[in-house]
Amino acid sequence: MTSHIKLIEGRTGTWEIVLGLEVHAQVNSNAKLFSGAAVGFGAGPNEQVSLVDAAMPGMLPVLNKHCVEQAVRTGLGLKAQINLKSRFDRKNYFYPDLPSGYQISQFEFPIVGEGEVEVEHDDGSTFTVRIERLHLEQDAGKSIHDMDPGATYVDLNRAGTALMEIVSKPDMRSPEEASAYVKKLRSILMYLGSCDGDMEKGNLRADVNVSVCRPGAYEKFRETGSFSHLGTRCEIKNVNSYRYIREAIEYEARRQVEILEDGGKIDQETRLFDPNLGETRSMRSKEEAHDYRYFPDPDLLPLVLEQAWIDSIKAGLPELPDEKKARLVSQYGLSPYDAGVLITEGPRADLFEALAKGHDAKLAANTITQSVLTFANAQNAEVTAEGVLHITVPMLTEYLGLIEEGVISSKIAKEVFERMATGEGGPKAIVEKHGLVQVNDTGALEAIIDRLIADNPGQAVAVKEKPQAIGWFVGQVMKETGGKANPGVINGMLKAKLGLE
Amino acid sequence: MSNLTDLTLKAALDGLTSKQFTSVELTQAHLTAMESARALNAYIAETPEKALQMAAASDVRRASGDAGPLDGAPLGIKDLFCTEGVGTTAGSKMLANFKPTYESTVTSQLWRDGAVMLGKLNLDEFAMGSSNESSASGPVINPWRAIGSDRKLTPGGSSGGSAAAVAAGLCLGATATDTGGSIRQPAAFTGTVGIKPTYGRCSRWGIVAFASSLDQAGPITRTVEDAALMLGSMAGHDPKDSTSLDLPVPDFSAFVGRSVKGLRIGVPKEYRVDGMPAEIEALWTQGIAWLKAAGCEVVEISLPNTKYALPAYYIVAPAEASSNLARYDGMRFGLRAAGSNLTETYENTRAQGFGDEVKRRILIGTYVLSHGYYDAYYIKALKVRRCISDDFDSAWTQCDAILTPTAPSAAFALGENASDPVAMYLNDVFTVTVNLAGLPGLSLPAGLSSEGLPLGLQLIGKPLDEGTLFSLASVMEKAADVSQRPQSWWRASS
Repeated sequence: MTSHIKLIEGRTGTWEIVLGLEVHAQVNSNAKLFSGAAVGFGAGPNEQVSLVDAAMPGMLPVLNKHCVEQAVRTGLGLKAQINLKSRFDRKNYFYPDLPSGYQISQFEFPIVGEGEVEVEHDDGSTFTVRIERLHLEQDAGKSIHDMDPGATYVDLNRAGTALMEIVSKPDMRSPEEASAYVKKLRSILMYLGSCDGDMEKGNLRADVNVSVCRPGAYEKFRETGSFSHLGTRCEIKNVNSYRYIREAIEYEARRQVEILEDGGKIDQETRLFDPNLGETRSMRSKEEAHDYRYFPDPDLLPLVLEQAWIDSIKAGLPELPDEKKARLVSQYGLSPYDAGVLITEGPRADLFEALAKGHDAKLAANTITQSVLTFANAQNAEVTAEGVLHITVPMLTEYLGLIEEGVISSKIAKEVFERMATGEGGPKAIVEKHGLVQVNDTGALEAIIDRLIADNPGQAVAVKEKPQAIGWFVGQVMKETGGKANPGVINGMLKAKLGLE
Repeated sequence: MSNLTDLTLKAALDGLTSKQFTSVELTQAHLTAMESARALNAYIAETPEKALQMAAASDVRRASGDAGPLDGAPLGIKDLFCTEGVGTTAGSKMLANFKPTYESTVTSQLWRDGAVMLGKLNLDEFAMGSSNESSASGPVINPWRAIGSDRKLTPGGSSGGSAAAVAAGLCLGATATDTGGSIRQPAAFTGTVGIKPTYGRCSRWGIVAFASSLDQAGPITRTVEDAALMLGSMAGHDPKDSTSLDLPVPDFSAFVGRSVKGLRIGVPKEYRVDGMPAEIEALWTQGIAWLKAAGCEVVEISLPNTKYALPAYYIVAPAEASSNLARYDGMRFGLRAAGSNLTETYENTRAQGFGDEVKRRILIGTYVLSHGYYDAYYIKALKVRRCISDDFDSAWTQCDAILTPTAPSAAFALGENASDPVAMYLNDVFTVTVNLAGLPGLSLPAGLSSEGLPLGLQLIGKPLDEGTLFSLASVMEKAADVSQRPQSWWRASS
């Protein structure tokens, strides 16, 4: 297996990257974590703020059980330990978008403990990212600095919204591994329905911890568990796309290598990624770091869960990406790669299964991974179990049928799909309208083949010596028939005529 | 009509029921008394219009036969309880102009049961203090004076306004809160009855928070029976407070006057502190004798960690306060003292909005939670808290209730301890253990000092056993027969 460790060749030798991620996933919930106020995108500023969210005097938090259930579901999906007893702590700091002056979080005793995520590389091989913990916490409001040159406005709609912070161990070794991990995590969350995974809205975002070390150091860290073997890390806050994650890491790792090679020291600090410049810059140093004065929130009781409740949640979990992938491979004979592409998003796999019901599974898989996804990406549209935009399951079913029955060749199929995509209607109608029916008429083909052999005696001899050269004749027949000939039929006829069998 | 303000809550309710007077008359009598008692500074805000409206509405209800348990009874509300549309200051400049849009659960239950609000009562700023001197509205003056003296005495704190108003007949009863003794010590200093129920009995929703794990609401009244009556309305489960106990509220009044024969009363030897005045010691002995006479068995018990309670309390309470008071930042409500940037606005707002005692406790709290000090202070204090709780748990194997003095002295003069915070904190020495352990504690007037000042005794109960405290307290109340009221020197021209 090839190494997936990203190496940076510096002037003084080779460096490796070590990455750990803290992913913040907004819990899919109609109400906030402690206030019962509504949660939703698109409400006017400060329209979704309760007295509790605004931290009015005498207001008290009451835990939203639905959010707890989502955290437990997610924990189970990460094959993690669910802690029957956990606790909410206050993280104290002053900022205008934090009305109470503290964020309610889980510091010492999180609801979910250690787990793991199996992540796929592009080449289909896999690696494991160990999960350290998952805890529930409140989101802050939003400070808006650009509405007025002399003032900052605060929108508290988001204040108090439930987040799951999922903390990985430093188990990723390249920018690609980091983004693949987030992709996989997102997929699991979306399968569970515990987070909508909308990264553009910031509903899923990552804090990326980056450090560099010399070859061999990481292995020592894994053996001993001692972070002293690793380099000093910097934390890049709130990165919200796969590409930005990779770019931020790429930049940050090189920045650190340069400092180290110049004999400098890495300052442990919090940094921000500027996607326009493709750079990270310092947000606050360790010295400027807040003393959060964590302590147990006295307004809340310890969170105690019953095993029976957890068991019932477990029993109701949907099929998760890994299980689905294994099943698609074994049940439909798909390649792990195709299955991997299909399961990335649940609805995509659902669409596949809807098509595979009456059709060749590999054909259905190829149609989705090639035609459907290309179209969806080009249109920036979402693939659902019902299809994508105006291309519906019945249309796709008809389309697969035409291919399987040999009515259209794979080449014509492509054209049919493109016309479907541009909204010309159903595949049968398109085939009829444009006369795209495959020529299966052997009489007509025979005449063409006979003529081609007669006109090209040299080629005919060559084929007898080198059978692969038959492709030339196939191409010529296709050309003459405008691509409508059935390549299987041509092949058979040519072989017979040229005496290859 | 001149005696309407001398009635007990129970007697007043009986008078209303038997139509001897109306709620409007009763309320007006109190409003008049309040007006002539402004020298005591017990009320931060009087709400006469609201009071008379509520009283009139009560009279209508009573006439139509659907009067609630407290219908028509005029009460004072500690200005820590948020009252809808009525300014709620918490005794702080920070909230001088704060008008809540919501009503605390406890007060809304009182209104549900028909009570009438006379106004908002003075208190130490954010309930931090034992003398009422930290109030931004100025100190409350104890209606009691030493014999032959006109020195102004403290009514205690933080519920000084509540205690003074009840003692001086400026309401039939008052709401109060107790974080380390803020109901019981003022009750002792003013010859009134005060009970801090089991933590979780009363909802904290809508009460301006001081220290969440210790704060608990309760009544101050002139009799044990009145306290039982009022607590019955104040208590009850509230889903909006996660620490509220989901238990039915017992009929507390039914415990008043019940026999206490056979109950075992613990007397903790650790509560005999150095320098305690002999007359408090004597009062304690007297209290023991009363209970023995009523058929109780008295046992000496040990609460060995008592001496650590006060230091632990003065770590836990400020720690929670430092966080609870972070919301007063000048951003959304309350005082805002703008600066040239965000940090300066925070600094100016909090420097101007908070008084010295509040700042002191925020600083202590911030310090004990800081990185590097947390384990040594906060965590250790939590361990002490656990030990104190364990002390009580083992005491309950030997006794059914505990009898102690409420405070180590009678009411002291205003200004006497003002420059020595530690001396002030020592006022809580007998009361904080109860808050740390979450237990119910009741203070009742048990006698007068040689100077003619009220002295209180404290009864501590098992968790949820307020009932036994009411039974014991009513027995002692009868035996003590403290019927003397303060002389109404404050009535300027009467």
